[in-house]
Amino acid sequence: MAKNCHNDYKMKFSGDEEFPDLSLHNNHMAKVLTKDIYNKLRGKSTPSGFTVDDIIQTGVDNPGHPFIMTVGCVAGDEESYEVFKDLLDPIISDRHSGYKPTDKHRTDLNFENLKGGDDLDPAYVLSSRVRTGRSIKGFTLPPHNSRGERRTIEKLSIEALATLSGEFKGKYFPLNGMTDQEQDQLINDHFLFDKPVSTLLTCAGMARDWPDARGIWHNDAKTFLVWVNEEDHLRVISMQQGGNMKEVFRRFCTGLLKIEETFKKHNHGFMWNEHLGYVLTCPSNLGTGLRGGVHVKLPKLSTHAKFGEILGRLRLQKRGTGGVDTASVGGVFDISNADRLGSSEVDQVQMVVDGVKLMVAMEKKLEKSESIDDMIPAQK
Amino acid sequence: MASTFTRMIAGRYPAALLASLGAGTVAGGLLLSDSALFAEGKRSLYPPSADFPDLRKHSNCMAAALTPAIYARLRDQVTPQNWTLDQCIQTGVDNPGHPFIKTVGAVAGDEETYEVFAELFDPIIKDRHNGYDPRTMKHPTDLDASKITNGVFDEKYVLSSRVRTGRSIRGLSLPPACSRSERREVERVVVTALAGLKGELAGRYYGLGDMTEKEQQQLIDDHFLFDKPVSPLLTCAFMARDWPDARGIWHNHEKNFLIWVNEEDHTRVISMEKGGNMKRVFERFCTGLKQVEQLIHERGWEFMWNERLGYILTCPSNLGTGLRAGVHVRLPILSKDTRFSKILENLRLQKRGTGGVDTAATGDTFDISNNDRLGKSEVELVQQLVDGVNYLIDCEKKLEKGQDIKVPFPVAQFKKY
Repeated sequence: MAKNCHNDYKMKFSGDEEFPDLSLHNNHMAKVLTKDIYNKLRGKSTPSGFTVDDIIQTGVDNPGHPFIMTVGCVAGDEESYEVFKDLLDPIISDRHSGYKPTDKHRTDLNFENLKGGDDLDPAYVLSSRVRTGRSIKGFTLPPHNSRGERRTIEKLSIEALATLSGEFKGKYFPLNGMTDQEQDQLINDHFLFDKPVSTLLTCAGMARDWPDARGIWHNDAKTFLVWVNEEDHLRVISMQQGGNMKEVFRRFCTGLLKIEETFKKHNHGFMWNEHLGYVLTCPSNLGTGLRGGVHVKLPKLSTHAKFGEILGRLRLQKRGTGGVDTASVGGVFDISNADRLGSSEVDQVQMVVDGVKLMVAMEKKLEKSESIDDMIPAQK
Repeated sequence: MASTFTRMIAGRYPAALLASLGAGTVAGGLLLSDSALFAEGKRSLYPPSADFPDLRKHSNCMAAALTPAIYARLRDQVTPQNWTLDQCIQTGVDNPGHPFIKTVGAVAGDEETYEVFAELFDPIIKDRHNGYDPRTMKHPTDLDASKITNGVFDEKYVLSSRVRTGRSIRGLSLPPACSRSERREVERVVVTALAGLKGELAGRYYGLGDMTEKEQQQLIDDHFLFDKPVSPLLTCAFMARDWPDARGIWHNHEKNFLIWVNEEDHTRVISMEKGGNMKRVFERFCTGLKQVEQLIHERGWEFMWNERLGYILTCPSNLGTGLRAGVHVRLPILSKDTRFSKILENLRLQKRGTGGVDTAATGDTFDISNNDRLGKSEVELVQQLVDGVNYLIDCEKKLEKGQDIKVPFPVAQFKKY
């Protein structure tokens, strides 16, 4: 049974009385939401019962974040992006560099279209990784889904992953049922995801019923990994040590397409449309949902006055090596694509490959105390 | 007063009336909304068995009471405000157990919860409240503090005395379920009423979002300030939504009568002072409560109460009186005696650390309070606490002199009224 929205009862109160206090807030939702928009949307709900209050709750409860401008809203199902477009379209435009409601998004998972990427210097590039998310059509999303739905998603995922073979042959570890030994191994491999503690996620209802129907699947070689029922239905990750992003991307695309085939056979393809691309829980992950990145040593470049500007022009972002909410350690940065919507998977990974190659070259120049002024790129 | 709310009270009174008459179930209908068709389809795709929570590792009252059969009958029911069973039990599903206490694992979203979902809440109430049966028994309310005897403790041992309870405003949803406007209305109703208090009860309200840094520091120093809940028992029950909107603290100028607004209940009412004069603390408690009740009556509001469950609060553990009366007491010798726990048990008292419910005791000072909430009146419970603490002090004194102590006979369970 879908989570009840309590909405019909709330409609007895006025929009003014219900409007949230966003005076101390600094997220995309707070910048976009006006009383007019709220009044227009508060009487609506998606067929599964998700309402505008459900969409914005996480943004109301989390006024801001020290490192990043958070989105402040989530989708509860595929229809959220339609029913609440008056709120979500401006947020999407804000977050995705002016993407318009009439724009079309291109999907390209043909890894052969990637140029280069197999020659990033392993003395600098320590590891390479590409991740994305996928939502399964016909189910509501993690903020909203019932236990029955979540369990069915898990069941379908296990079936789909069990059909994989060759380099993709692997095993599923349900969070609620792994042995201590399995758990330790997954922690050592840096694969295990834990119950979300970030209030960005818990206030959006994503940790309900933990760890019911959550789990991790990975191939025997430990280079292809799928998270089930964490922040999205599926998170798909391809990774390995060293700088061969080309190989990582090949495995990523191949594995994804194989998984998609199996889901389609069961009449449960992935949520996708030609305007938003792949539909995921957080609007920041629409489009490709792809974050492709490397852990790279840039001790000199990272302290250069123009580092931020260079990253911006290359359409890349930096994070600490602990992930989104961390600072860098020892001059090693997580560098990845900033864009998700409006450019294809190949485009985005290409930007990472080209950008990182350039930055490593700059780092080498700085080591020799040479100037990098003539290497500063134009805005992509 | 907003007319929206007046209409709502009129509409909800029959529900409360039915509840107080002990009717089996209030007529909570199936979900009424535009998406009824979709919901219907969902229900056939996902029978209750598909949604039944995995409670194998759980040890709270909800997990002990909830069976697949009960879940199947209740899953698709809603209260008149569209509150569901899944929302009631979410906190118990998300929190399998607690190291120090057996938690309840379910909350009410509104007054009707206890009726519509009686099939689950009645056994939980029985479990938690020593066999109290809401179907057959009545709860006594008695706020006549003059009946308390021997209520002034030896201050060589008792450092402070405190009584707290909660009150809910009838017609407005409870903290797990309330919308922002309902919560703001609770704040308006309560703050308006408190502004009418006079004499030693006159005081001032501090909204959590509006207070100055200086005011905030003062409230922290006074140990009055409550913070955004971090306990997952509360956050998983949706009680921290929209923080700090419409939350605040009121206290009188004397700083011995304090009200929390919109924390875990609509209101938490606290009377406290240093030293051992529990009688005076309880007198102020009763006087204050009665005056606040009078002030909200004048504006057409009332507290949630019925004769089966007493005062209706968010957590079933606080039904009845919602009362916890306690002291901080030094018992250096007795606390090391192996009979200490048994003595407490028989006196129907519990010990906590001086940091409150989730803390362990340090040193010789304990928070000792009544275990029971439902089935005995406020006067009975406070007298029980008074008698019990006097007994403990007596034991401590005996042990100081090298005399032996006795484990007392267990205090009687509630009488049937």
